[in-house]
Amino acid sequence: MSNIQSRRDFLKSTATAGGGLVLGFSWLTTEAFQPKVLNNTAADLINFNAYLAISPSGIVTIYSPNPEIGQGIKTAFPIIVAEELDADWEKVKVEQSPLDTKKFERQLTGGSGAIRHSWERLRKAGATARAMLIEAAAKQWSVPVSECSTSKGFVVHNSGKKLSYGELATAAAQIAPPKDVKLKATKDFTLIGSSVKGVDNKDILSGKRLFGIDYKAPGMLHASIQRPPAFGLKLKSFDATEAKKMPGITDVVSFANKVAVVGKTTWEVMQARKAVKIEWEKERDLESSADHDRIFKEMLNSNTATVQRKDGDVEAAFKNAYKVIEAEYQCPFLPHSPMEPMNFFAHFKGDSIELAGPSQTPQAAQGQIAKMLNLAPDKVTIELTRMGGGFGRRLNTDYALEAAELSSIIKAPVKVTWSREDDMTGGIYRPAVRYRFKASIDKAGNMTGYMLHGASINAGNSTRQDNFPAGAVENLLIQSNDYKSPITTGPWRAPITNFLAYAEQAFLDEVAMAGGKDPIQFRLELLDKAQQSPVGKITYEPNRFREVTKLVAEKAGWNKKKKGVFQGFSVYFSHASYVAQIAEMAVVKGKPVLKKVYAAVDCGIVINESSARNQIFGAVVDGLGHAMYGNITFKEGTPQQDNFNKYRLIRYNEVPEIEAHFVNNGIDPTGLGEPALPPTGGAIANAIFKTTGKRLYNQPFSEQGATLG
Amino acid sequence: MALFNLKINGKSYKADVDGNTPLLWVLRDHLDLVGTKYGCGIAMCGACTVHINGEATRSRVMPVSTVANATITTVEGLSETAEHPVQQAWNEVDVPQCGYCQAGQMMTAAALLSKNANPSDKDIEEAMVGNICRCGTYHRIHDAVKLAAAKMKK
Repeated sequence: MSNIQSRRDFLKSTATAGGGLVLGFSWLTTEAFQPKVLNNTAADLINFNAYLAISPSGIVTIYSPNPEIGQGIKTAFPIIVAEELDADWEKVKVEQSPLDTKKFERQLTGGSGAIRHSWERLRKAGATARAMLIEAAAKQWSVPVSECSTSKGFVVHNSGKKLSYGELATAAAQIAPPKDVKLKATKDFTLIGSSVKGVDNKDILSGKRLFGIDYKAPGMLHASIQRPPAFGLKLKSFDATEAKKMPGITDVVSFANKVAVVGKTTWEVMQARKAVKIEWEKERDLESSADHDRIFKEMLNSNTATVQRKDGDVEAAFKNAYKVIEAEYQCPFLPHSPMEPMNFFAHFKGDSIELAGPSQTPQAAQGQIAKMLNLAPDKVTIELTRMGGGFGRRLNTDYALEAAELSSIIKAPVKVTWSREDDMTGGIYRPAVRYRFKASIDKAGNMTGYMLHGASINAGNSTRQDNFPAGAVENLLIQSNDYKSPITTGPWRAPITNFLAYAEQAFLDEVAMAGGKDPIQFRLELLDKAQQSPVGKITYEPNRFREVTKLVAEKAGWNKKKKGVFQGFSVYFSHASYVAQIAEMAVVKGKPVLKKVYAAVDCGIVINESSARNQIFGAVVDGLGHAMYGNITFKEGTPQQDNFNKYRLIRYNEVPEIEAHFVNNGIDPTGLGEPALPPTGGAIANAIFKTTGKRLYNQPFSEQGATLG
Repeated sequence: MALFNLKINGKSYKADVDGNTPLLWVLRDHLDLVGTKYGCGIAMCGACTVHINGEATRSRVMPVSTVANATITTVEGLSETAEHPVQQAWNEVDVPQCGYCQAGQMMTAAALLSKNANPSDKDIEEAMVGNICRCGTYHRIHDAVKLAAAKMKK
């Protein structure tokens, strides 16, 4: 949905089973407003719209529709509603809404897009209810609305008398919501921009049942599923005679090339699964990492690339160049490794199915499950549990569909829990990519030509052709090849850019240095060009790019010649936000040590500063850890790393100091779940080059001898 | 199957399970104590950390038969209302992102602080290095351990 459509909004009412007046905000249809008050209004919850209800006691319940994965959305959305409502945050209670496609749209965690897409409607949800409360108070006092204001859960009259939102709720909910409502000026925000603790903190910290893996229902069975152990194998036959005799086992069934062991507890089904004898057979060729190396070479040397963008004449630029710089960069497959392994609960009831679990994209799961089981979508209900991370893994619906299919076969409520080994070897990886770069410079060090050829395995277009430096170079060619492999891949936090940014930002440092230019000055000059006379279409705002670049340079003291400190710079635009980083290394006892990472961030208005900082720090740690250590390799289709003893994740003792700064420009907020990750690999690689003179062309860096100290 | 009497969080529990069942799954599937998390199954990530006789221990690799006479504490036993100083510190520093690993993190920290009221940065590092946080909240974990130590001294 575009921002343009979102401004032509209006209100639409829908009724819900909970009773009361419910206003859905629809930006997509043109139905007229029809208030509807149901008779069976729940005694204590007076609904104002899809996002909020107020009880006579004054408690404001805010429904947060988007799935919480650790990005802080369950706190951020209610902050926005509460700000415009002028609620007392101490009296706000937040509830996770289940999937409800009638009331909400884009109940999705992905693309760092939730705040950007919902900003306006959340503000209106709060502001509309506030206007209704004011009108109710004005009526009760028989005074003009203009003499009333609000403050922390009260409507206040000029004379000083006041009524609480709780006292006004019943009357206010009968008032037709205003079609145009005035939103607060950003300078009047008090809650937005402050630091608000996560609304689930206390439940998390006292071990309450919050996550999908904790889900429990009456009569629920457990299942452990054996999937093909290599990509390219399929099920030939299985013998479950022994497994069925084991304690607690109720059933062993097969579907979709899998064998599911069903029983009374997680441990029992995991144990019995080992006793199932399974034969697999080849469905197609089994790939090894050496094959991928050959496939990359073939793609990069082919003339079959798809041209994604072409400006000017890059070949002529290379021919006439003072210098040509060429390099290849490579990034491996990566698992997502969320701490909570995949799991899902499903209860098939013949003409409907109830599900619960951790999903970044419940609406997609709903549609696919409906299709698979031949049910109407509204017969598929999904409760959204808190997610123990996801990093893109839970944008795939395979594990929810699998649970649904299993429940439909055994006709019982069942929770499927993946082991860590299942999770790490069960596919959906970040695609592997090799990039070839070529650039030309003139005598003054200006970049006259730029070519990027992306060769990927299951990434589709592995380039971002309209992102920087496109627009800043007269002659440019961006092209890609993709190879279709049986190894399943999918989005991984900051898809494509999580590896492209590293490769591009390291290569741009190579180009800057080849022409004797300071890396930051080199980029600022390119951004000046993109600002003043852009070549073709660009997706970024050069000015915002420049601001984060300048801010991080100032904060880190770039070129201030700190003794014994080596700095690497990187800047990237992704998911509508701009992030620049400087990594600092020192040599301690002859070894390079990563000391600090500075980040400058433009995500527009910051909603919750504590959470925003947490995201930035986490993304830097994530970007650093995976650039250093992450690698999944294959031998005849089988992933060679299956748990944290073979697949290294960054630990407590390996993180540098981090300092984060925001550009305060008052622009509408964008997102922060991903954008701080892409620049990190490049900043580290560039700092390592400054420190050691060694250019790192492949991730993971640790396999090229790099250490963090 | 055998009946095991377990002392957990100051209460007595009974579990009729195979003696080889890991304590983790007894807690989660039999006793409804789901605060302790499954993460890797091989004692590499620390999500399943509980206290056994005061020692931070990976519950996934402890067969229930070996802990029948032990004093066991889980995250629920720190405080069910998150009022233990470690839980308070974790909330005040606003540590969690996804939150899945934090029970294990806090149990490791609480065991450290019960033995060492004034841990150095090195002591904290040595204690916390076994617990993975995939969201990367390590800086806040550090700050929270320090804050918890200060709270426990009062």
